[in-house]
Amino acid sequence: MKRKIFDKLFKGFVILLTLLSVAPLLLILFMIVKNGITVINWSFFVKLPAPPGNAGGGVLNSIVGTFELIVLAVAFAIPPGILTGVYLSERRSRFSNVIRTIVNTLQGLPSIVVGIIAYLWVVRPLGGFSALSGGFALSLMMLPVVIKSTEETLKLIPYSLKEASFALGANYGRTLFKVILPSGMGGIISGVVIGISRIAGETAPLLFTAFGNPFLNVNPFKPVDALPLLIFNYAMSPYKSWHEIAWGASLVLVVFVLLLNFVAKMAGEKWKVRF
Amino acid sequence: MRGDRWLKVLLRASGAGTAPLALSILITLIFGSLPAIKKFGLHFLSSSVWNPVTDHFGLLPFLMGTILTSILALLLSFPFSMAISIFLGVYHPEGPLSKIISYLTDLLAGIPSVIYGFWGLVFLVPLMRKLELSLGIPPYGVGILTASIVLSIMIIPYTASLSREILKMVPSEIVEASYSLGATTTETILKVILPYAKSGILAGIFLSLGRAIGETMAVTMVIGNSNTLPSSLFAPGNTMASVIANEFTEATRSIHLSSLIYIALWLFVLTLLVNLAGNIIVTRMEVIGEKKNL
Repeated sequence: MKRKIFDKLFKGFVILLTLLSVAPLLLILFMIVKNGITVINWSFFVKLPAPPGNAGGGVLNSIVGTFELIVLAVAFAIPPGILTGVYLSERRSRFSNVIRTIVNTLQGLPSIVVGIIAYLWVVRPLGGFSALSGGFALSLMMLPVVIKSTEETLKLIPYSLKEASFALGANYGRTLFKVILPSGMGGIISGVVIGISRIAGETAPLLFTAFGNPFLNVNPFKPVDALPLLIFNYAMSPYKSWHEIAWGASLVLVVFVLLLNFVAKMAGEKWKVRF
Repeated sequence: MRGDRWLKVLLRASGAGTAPLALSILITLIFGSLPAIKKFGLHFLSSSVWNPVTDHFGLLPFLMGTILTSILALLLSFPFSMAISIFLGVYHPEGPLSKIISYLTDLLAGIPSVIYGFWGLVFLVPLMRKLELSLGIPPYGVGILTASIVLSIMIIPYTASLSREILKMVPSEIVEASYSLGATTTETILKVILPYAKSGILAGIFLSLGRAIGETMAVTMVIGNSNTLPSSLFAPGNTMASVIANEFTEATRSIHLSSLIYIALWLFVLTLLVNLAGNIIVTRMEVIGEKKNL
């Protein structure tokens, strides 16, 4: 009897802790929606920020900047990411295990260290903060995600499919581009989208690369603003109107990131590798 | 056939290219910190003074800040992440309830860290201030404990999702054997499942620790940014990551900049060691798992 009561108590305790750990999430989401929804209107998306302390204004510059940074990061990260992923999925040697460990190391690189690397490699040689350096920093964070998802997806493709292609006289290149990559497309795309959702909210690598810019800019050699940078700067400011804008920007960013996660899940499920 | 050879060379090169990439990151950090290494040497590790005005730089306050916040966050989050993984791995492996909970924890992992920081600043800091007032200590609001609480919420999903996979890997034979001996679910969890899964849970802890050590923005926003050794858990402090975030763009003197890069080097080494430990445990378990399946 005692044991049964203890059993029930333990289960209740586990359920209680589970619900408690979901509570902060609900609280955060509630606060973002409650505070964010009030400042979001049309001019929030199409206007530039108002001067400090003044009400109104929008975040057009950061939205444009975030997209520019994502495009740059994707352009830098995808070609080497997919190639490395293909390579790792084909081989299982001691060498490829070393590469795998290195990819894990790159994935564990603290974001602020990535920022310093991008500063030393891109900002210093170019002589100033730029969207390019921000995109490079983000691509370093995205690269391991793309490599891993490509590898995991392509590993699921059965060898018989490749053999069938080889038996038809196709060489390796044809087999790769016509058989292997198309069958793994869903997984690769969902990996890329997950990679984008990871970097879309990154702030630390942008602090001393993209730097932030209160004006609209699309020149990759000039600093740009980004939504997470704007949230950081506005949240740390003493102005109440800026705090409100930061809530609005948080809502936009969270919706964007969650949407990306959703798309990745859908893409992964729709074009799942099934054999 | 010729194109094939080039393609294979390209694939191999891009695979091999990650090695020089990682290596040049390490070399860049070492070169960048050379001036600081020359000036302070290993004394950098034991010095607790950080004063850009007088050119005195030491790592100790930030090392302490990083260790305190990440260990504390781990301790705070551990019961919760274990509860989630037991809930999802044992009580409700399937069904709508498990879908909702696992979806919510995924969401938790997807929220950008700067938003956690903002939330902490607006919600948690005033709360901590009230608590500190009622305890009769200086009401900073920001500080080591506040940062640890925010961090602990952020790392729950990582420990939870990994341990959940581990719990699912426990062979059903031994679980059923335990039930057939008359053990209750709780006894099975505590005496069979958890002991079997303990190395996997340990790996999850290491990987979460790696995340907590490297986390920057949320900590920077609520830790108070004080460059001294924290006198208590309620006192403001700084972590290795947060001091870099705070001072890097303002560092005008080269020795200051170099000292910050030196901190980044130590941060890199620290996360590398923690992550390697976690990954070694995971790989070892995969190997064991593969052997068992054969």
